[in-house]
Amino acid sequence: MSLPEKPDLVLGFTPLTDCAPLVVALEHGHFERFGLRVTLSCEPSWANIRDKLAAGVLDAAQMLAPIPIASTLGVGPLHQPMVTALSLGLNGNTITVSTELARSMTEADPQGMATVSGRARALARVVAKRRAAGAARLRIASVFPVSMHAYHLRRWFASAGLRADRDLRLIVQSPGRMVAELEASAIDGFCVGEPWGSLAVARGSGTSLLATHELWNGAPEKVLGVRLDFAERYPETHLALVCALLEAARWCDVRENRPRLARILAAGGFVRAPASVLELSDFHVFHRYAANFPWRSHAIWIIAEMLRWGQIEKPLDVRAAAASVYRTDLARDAASRLGLSVPLCDEKTEGTHAGPWETAGTSAPIELGPDLFFDSSEFDPSDLIGYLARCEATDLRFPLEELEALQT
Amino acid sequence: MGEKLRIVLVDEKPERSSDLALALVSEGYEVVARLCGQDDLRARIDALSPDVLIVDMQSPDRDVLEDMQSIHRDQPRPVVMFVDESDRESIHAAVRAGVSAYVVDGLKSRRVKPIVEVAIARFQEFQALRGELASVRATLAERKLVERAKGILMLRRALSEDQAYQLLRRTAMQRKLRMVELARQVIEMEELL
Repeated sequence: MSLPEKPDLVLGFTPLTDCAPLVVALEHGHFERFGLRVTLSCEPSWANIRDKLAAGVLDAAQMLAPIPIASTLGVGPLHQPMVTALSLGLNGNTITVSTELARSMTEADPQGMATVSGRARALARVVAKRRAAGAARLRIASVFPVSMHAYHLRRWFASAGLRADRDLRLIVQSPGRMVAELEASAIDGFCVGEPWGSLAVARGSGTSLLATHELWNGAPEKVLGVRLDFAERYPETHLALVCALLEAARWCDVRENRPRLARILAAGGFVRAPASVLELSDFHVFHRYAANFPWRSHAIWIIAEMLRWGQIEKPLDVRAAAASVYRTDLARDAASRLGLSVPLCDEKTEGTHAGPWETAGTSAPIELGPDLFFDSSEFDPSDLIGYLARCEATDLRFPLEELEALQT
Repeated sequence: MGEKLRIVLVDEKPERSSDLALALVSEGYEVVARLCGQDDLRARIDALSPDVLIVDMQSPDRDVLEDMQSIHRDQPRPVVMFVDESDRESIHAAVRAGVSAYVVDGLKSRRVKPIVEVAIARFQEFQALRGELASVRATLAERKLVERAKGILMLRRALSEDQAYQLLRRTAMQRKLRMVELARQVIEMEELL
């Protein structure tokens, strides 16, 4: 293995429990083992992470999976090609509402509260009641306009006929402020990464409605993002970084290590929350089920959501866009250096496996996890047009035919 | 010349934002509000409809502001000033200084640039002041650690203050450590024993 061209790196992260692979790679000396000297920079916002990466103040960063795609496509206020060769994990968010809203939901539909879809219907009843009474729309917060959080919420709302922005206000708040905002009644609920949902429940100010793996099991969440020109100029550095984080993610995934992981996160001050709520739930998947592989089908799903909710203004070749950001080739290079087996295919159908299943790998078969959606829907990445045509709620900005004409 | 640009500042540090507001006003700009996280940002900004937003990058409100785009979907919407890639140098300077700027779409970048330059200069000055303060504080904290380590050595090895200091200095040099790092190790060992 050649030496990294740029051994001194600054990595951005946000204080959430799933920053764990970055912290563990630092604390356990994985970066050093791959010839890197890394400084971690705690960032107060996702916008900062994106802009600092774009400006070269950060070399790489933990990012919400949709951010490198959005930056590459110019969705949002910045246009900068970025790539990812590493998914940092699957699942990990929860939807929590104020105890008051939870009570109203139970009153409105006691039976509904038993299931994930039923809870959306209960929410819809509360929304209808409030509208009839002339009350203000409920305010539910996600963490960023282009985030899995926002897409999970929008899809869950839509399943009960609720439209974000029309029936309730879908706003943005930074993760560290969610609990305080809920307690100040500035918001009525939120979808956020751990530990903030657990903290609201532990403080008695929030009621957990669901964890997002109940909406889509094995959903993508965070990735390691770098600028495209960084990946091209410093290929060895990029690979070394991915290898170090792969090793750390493997360690984080071992259940016996999780109590220690909580202590590392708390002791280092990486996440400012009591250690008792930092213990990671089982739904965090850091390595098993090929969790670190940047599936192009994940990118295609994310782009489909951006299209569906009107965030993308012009038609585009979706598969080509996904391939330019989600670099499965680089992911395979890194895994082969560590002797890890990685999937041979770049895409998979989502929503068809209730339990673990197997796929062909570079050196050995690979076990993949369950991948069901809460509404029994399926997502076939090679039938994007069909998928969008079936979506009832959509804010697509142009006729579907124009999109279809561009697909390869 | 065109109409006066309406500027809103979002900054958690009132000293800095009042300083920047004065500087901008003296250059002939109109600062319509100085906001911080406590305010209902979305509502305030919606009502003020500024042309330019100057935002402290340390503010967690940046993500809240990103969302303004979805509020203003069908109106002229704010774009981050970094969109204009013609000048990477000034982008870099802004990010390093901790300034981000959101600008209403369609505004000529040559009209915005001087505003951002004033902001960068003020943020840099503030940073420099903070930097000095921080290093003064660090030195004090380091001196306290060395004092504690010295005390431990005096007690454990029955040394005079000067002897303890010399021992720390010599050992630090031999081990290629800074005095304060060695002091930290001594204190940690003492806590273990």
